[in-house]
Amino acid sequence: MKKLIITVVGKDTVGIIAKVCTYLAENSINILDISQTIVSGYFNMMMIVDMNNSGKHFGEIVDDLDKIGEGIGVSIKCQKEEIFDSMHRI
Amino acid sequence: MINQFEVIETNKMVEEENLDVRTITMGISLLDCIDSDLDACCKKIHDKIFESAKDLVKTGEKIAKEYGVPIVNKRISVTPIALVGGACCKNSDDFVKIAKTLDDVAKEVGVNFLGGYSALVSKGTTKADELLMRSIPKALACTDFVCSSVNLGSTKTGINMDAVRLMGEIIKETAELTKDKDSLGCAKLVVFCNAPDDNPFMAGAFHGVTEADRIINVGVSGPGVVKTALESVRGESFEVLCETIKKTAFKVTRVGQLVAKEASRMLGVPFGIVDLSLAPTPAVGDSVADILCEIGLEYAGAPGTTAALALLNDQVKKGGVMASSYVGGLSGAFIPVSEDQGMINAVEAGALTLEKLEAMTCVCSVGLDMIAIPGDTKATTISGIIADELAIGMINQKTTAVRLIPVVGKGVGETVEFGGLLGYAPIMPVNQYSCDAFVNRPGRIPAPIHSFKN
Repeated sequence: MKKLIITVVGKDTVGIIAKVCTYLAENSINILDISQTIVSGYFNMMMIVDMNNSGKHFGEIVDDLDKIGEGIGVSIKCQKEEIFDSMHRI
Repeated sequence: MINQFEVIETNKMVEEENLDVRTITMGISLLDCIDSDLDACCKKIHDKIFESAKDLVKTGEKIAKEYGVPIVNKRISVTPIALVGGACCKNSDDFVKIAKTLDDVAKEVGVNFLGGYSALVSKGTTKADELLMRSIPKALACTDFVCSSVNLGSTKTGINMDAVRLMGEIIKETAELTKDKDSLGCAKLVVFCNAPDDNPFMAGAFHGVTEADRIINVGVSGPGVVKTALESVRGESFEVLCETIKKTAFKVTRVGQLVAKEASRMLGVPFGIVDLSLAPTPAVGDSVADILCEIGLEYAGAPGTTAALALLNDQVKKGGVMASSYVGGLSGAFIPVSEDQGMINAVEAGALTLEKLEAMTCVCSVGLDMIAIPGDTKATTISGIIADELAIGMINQKTTAVRLIPVVGKGVGETVEFGGLLGYAPIMPVNQYSCDAFVNRPGRIPAPIHSFKN
């Protein structure tokens, strides 16, 4: 399984999750876990997704999500899971 | 499974606290490029470096994108050129030709520095070593990316004072030949005692003869991350302070280990070491001096600085060692002056002197680094400062180094601007008393005894 972590941070607005999820669905990227909070008006979302069945390369997904983020006015980051595993798990 | 707070913590380190991987450095052995014909040697050097490192920059950028962590520098270190060029270089200009070859290939593959224009003369100097040392001023003046280093002493051999005397003159000459750029050449030249074979950091990186054909070494950074972590434990005990530094160093180093393993896999080059370092940059919030202030000093240089730095350096190693499978290089806190805004502030406030910096180098990595001194400082005085610093390394079995910049045409109170990662520096005063008769003695300082530790 090729797990990615997607984080979305920015001002809360209608349809953030919808836009991101639509993109993921269109590209056969499966959502494994999703958590979301609003901290003082700021939207914070983290998703763990699996890109095993996606036809897209990792680099393209990063660039696409970045563009979607720009459109909604939030920052969307997509990183491989290992960076967090290395840092927080022995 | 990873939780949201851990993800936010990691991303905050990158976005707000300047966490980065400072450098991926590929070490390349040039021993198989030795040839009695200079042109043939240069061609072999060019081809081997190009073939080995053509994908280095691209790979670094790819890894940075995948993990969302910046990899600031991609660099190359090579076998000390005095060893490679000995068979074909009949004079200093021949060595300069090799330097130009190195500069050209560094530009072709897109790295931002190439280290290894070096000689290892800790006990004695060969004809090739001397020709290389004498070629350094010209080589650094006519290249952009070549870095030079000379190992002048070691705990096992003592200090080669003939070479120390020569390097004092070479540093002056290098400053003179690059005077139109504020003597920038000297920022690319460092002298060592106990130089490590696997250091990924410039200007002192070279690929030692004990190393494999090619190797990937990674240097991590993250003073800003440590500083921010310490903000939450103000007023707490030393135990809490030390635990916080260790845990933070662990996390930072894990990123380096991951990047090193990934780069090694993608390039098909074995993984060498992670250098556990706190390497500052001139960016605000990326300062080792600021950590010392956070520990409790008004300025770096205040009484207590050496103890605070010793503590910091030791905890960084303790935290980092478990995070990486192989640790090496210079591992420790760096205290360059021009590259660290907190250090610059301390010098400008009058809190930090050359003598205090020398004391600080006894307990941390690496030495008197990126210090601008008046351009009229005598060569023998520079040699005297070098000898002092190397003696600290020799007696204490550690690596020490000196990177001084005698800025031609400028004096105490003036400022010199190097730009980029090299930063800017106020020119520091140097003790005016003479050491001519000491430095002018021929020969070497014998290796020290390792008993009767007092």
